[in-house]
Amino acid sequence: MKKFLVLVCFGMAMPMSYSQETNQVEQLRLQLQQMQENFDRVQREQKAQIELLQKKLDELTQTPAAIPTPAAAISNNNLPAATPVQTSAWSPANPIRVGNSKGYVDVSMVATFAAGGSTANDIEGGTQLGGHDPIQRGFTVQGAELNLQGAVDPYFRGNANIAFQLDSGSESFVELEEAWLETVSLPWNLQIRAGQLLTDFGRINTQHPHTWAFVDEPLVNGRLLGPDGLRNPGARISWLAPTPFYSELFFTIQNSQGETAHSFRNDNDGDLFLGRPVEQGRVTSVGDLLFTPRYAASFDLTDNQTLLAGASAAFGPNGSGAHTDTQIYGLDAYWKWKPANAHAGFPFVSWQTEAMLRRYRAGAFAGDASASPALNPIPGETLTDWGFYSQVSWGFRPRWVAALRGDYVGRTEQADYERINGDDPDRLSRWRISPNLTWYPSEFSKIRLQYNYDDREQIGVDHSVWLQFEFLLGAHAAHTF
Amino acid sequence: MNLNFFKNLFQRRDAEDAKLRGALDANSEILTEDNEGKEGKPGGWNLRMRKIQIVPKSFPHWLRSLCFLLFQFGSVFSSKKTTSRASAIFASLRLALCLLFVSATAQAKLNVVVTTPDLAAVAKEVGGNKVTITTLARPTEDPHFVDAKPSFIVKLSRADALIQGGAELEIGWLPPLMTGARNSKLAPGMPGDIRCNQGIRMLEVPSVLDRSQGDIHAAGNPHFLTDPANAEIVARTIAEAFARLDSADAEFFQANQKRFTEELNAKLAGWEKQLAPFKGQPLVAYHDSWPYFAARFGLKSEIFLEPKPGIPPSPAHLADVIAAMKEQKAHVIIVDPYLSRRTAETVARGTGATVVDVAQFPGGVKGTEGGYIQLMDYLVNSIAKAFASNGGSK
Repeated sequence: MKKFLVLVCFGMAMPMSYSQETNQVEQLRLQLQQMQENFDRVQREQKAQIELLQKKLDELTQTPAAIPTPAAAISNNNLPAATPVQTSAWSPANPIRVGNSKGYVDVSMVATFAAGGSTANDIEGGTQLGGHDPIQRGFTVQGAELNLQGAVDPYFRGNANIAFQLDSGSESFVELEEAWLETVSLPWNLQIRAGQLLTDFGRINTQHPHTWAFVDEPLVNGRLLGPDGLRNPGARISWLAPTPFYSELFFTIQNSQGETAHSFRNDNDGDLFLGRPVEQGRVTSVGDLLFTPRYAASFDLTDNQTLLAGASAAFGPNGSGAHTDTQIYGLDAYWKWKPANAHAGFPFVSWQTEAMLRRYRAGAFAGDASASPALNPIPGETLTDWGFYSQVSWGFRPRWVAALRGDYVGRTEQADYERINGDDPDRLSRWRISPNLTWYPSEFSKIRLQYNYDDREQIGVDHSVWLQFEFLLGAHAAHTF
Repeated sequence: MNLNFFKNLFQRRDAEDAKLRGALDANSEILTEDNEGKEGKPGGWNLRMRKIQIVPKSFPHWLRSLCFLLFQFGSVFSSKKTTSRASAIFASLRLALCLLFVSATAQAKLNVVVTTPDLAAVAKEVGGNKVTITTLARPTEDPHFVDAKPSFIVKLSRADALIQGGAELEIGWLPPLMTGARNSKLAPGMPGDIRCNQGIRMLEVPSVLDRSQGDIHAAGNPHFLTDPANAEIVARTIAEAFARLDSADAEFFQANQKRFTEELNAKLAGWEKQLAPFKGQPLVAYHDSWPYFAARFGLKSEIFLEPKPGIPPSPAHLADVIAAMKEQKAHVIIVDPYLSRRTAETVARGTGATVVDVAQFPGGVKGTEGGYIQLMDYLVNSIAKAFASNGGSK
């Protein structure tokens, strides 16, 4: 304070020495300006001093962001000492502790396992279509997913998901599920994500398996989008529309080849796909890319009920011939009810449904007499397949969720190639009913028991029971709606 | 320029439409009028007599904007005059101005989103009528488990500022909303990023992060606003932030903050006096969200119905709680609206204690809708009453 006064006086005294020369107005102006400058400087100096002191104080008390005696200012009672605090300031040289939010990167690991059995003898790829589903009687490692995310710099956010898995022969393999950067502050409500990414198609396709309400992937996703879902290297632009309700447009452009573009240019490991040999190929022109537009909108029906609905489409070439393409259309809806005084998120009821339709324009195949067995020639044709699932989850008491899902997939009609070669099990209709019960000991672990009643056309009924268990280590997983 | 345009739009031609205004009732008002218009048709929800647009006062901002745009579009495309090129250009210019108007009205007030209702109550005290406050979590809701509704993304994307606790209370739902909102005004370090734990002396900061100890918060216990002294700090933080965002009204915010602080100081003395007779007495809570309150008023908050934060009580733990309560002569159990009152009642039956409904958020319990001071009044009164009755409930 003293220093401030001295400076102010100094500031006032300076212009007075030559006041006789200048006119009074000019003098006053100068005086004011100088005072302002001095005042600003003093303020800056004091601020710097306070900051320095505060830093020292922080170091001494070792509490984060403590400003001296805020409480004492209002009351004579001093707060009793806080419970012993021993945190020290984190420095980049320290190792990154899992779950330490002070690190540059949030690290988490989710590991999911299943145990159980089925009356079916073709579990992997037969009753269970998903790449993260239980694949055998006994135990399955459904996946151990490492997630890394954080701010890259003031312009980008980064995210990577690496899944470690064991196949049925206990051979380890690694999948790069996602690795992308995303813009943080583009104008006009735009956002761009680029890298290896899950395609914004429908609802479950963009979710990682550990957030699913069931042990396994819905049949329609497995059959039309593929065992590992639709994902590929590419970029996505999204625009949050200036509507009064939530409304967002997404447009994803990706490579169309590989096993994670199942209905597109997938070579199917050399096996026939929908009766034909398929080739993977490479991107040679823009037309070889996969285009996926999506629109999603959400409404708060009441204070306790929210609806999120979307429509998606995916367009790209497929591997069955030179001028062939695939179109997949999808509709999805998610509704949730949760009362205003829910405890830890319970009770709640949610309903989720997705329906998809695929038009696969297949090329003609000349046949191969030298193959064994010999392959018949089949004509070019358009194959239409569709399916849906609908699931209801009921969190009936804290930590307990009961859920029921119905699945259906099928073809609209028998194809020409099926009339020649016989019905294709990948097109025949099947349905499945799956009740399950999940117990969450905490947000970071779960145990789930699920029963599947499977009815496949020309194969018959199968029963499966799976017990799933999961743990999460590290950064708190925040859930999108 | 925007401002003048805005003013002109609402200037009324008194004499000409005095008659029309006579027809206006208390629930509607003139949104805009067209100086060129001669004839119009009455119809539907808006009256377009003499090209004057009337809308119900209850219309929200976006609906007004829409009405306004529709009206202006109407004049551009239906006016018989717009045959010449000059007038067509004029009409397009006017349409462009309309769009500017819509954004101008959107910026008229500081649009602030607040994560929890307690912070919102303090922000309202400071911001008064110069800010529009939108609260995400509801007063009876468990602030740890708010659904990340997409409508929140919309609110955040249009906000000038976001007020949050800053101590990880909202970590389970705010991050995906922020990603979706893509609002650079709210980015970390921007003036619109307002964190209220600034300058708060945090209690229970864990030295080791270990989830076997339950769902603990790395930054310390985030329920700091249950101490009225912290409300003063939060009010100061918010006033300073508002002043940075809207320097023209800096004095207004400062005056509000001063008034609130004075009111709080005056009240605090009374609250302390009210709870002084019960100093050192144990206050049993369901979840460990009251250490700041207990510390302020010299109560002991050491017994919890939850064995560990976020872990529901087991029968064995409740038996221990009952034993501990008997030993420490604890007579008061407090329960938030989103926690199990039934569990608390079971324990109360076993110990003869009184269950008191409390809330950290104004409006969480009936009669606390009036704001932060009313909530503290309620908390102090009801807890003091329960202590005084010495656990008489059976």
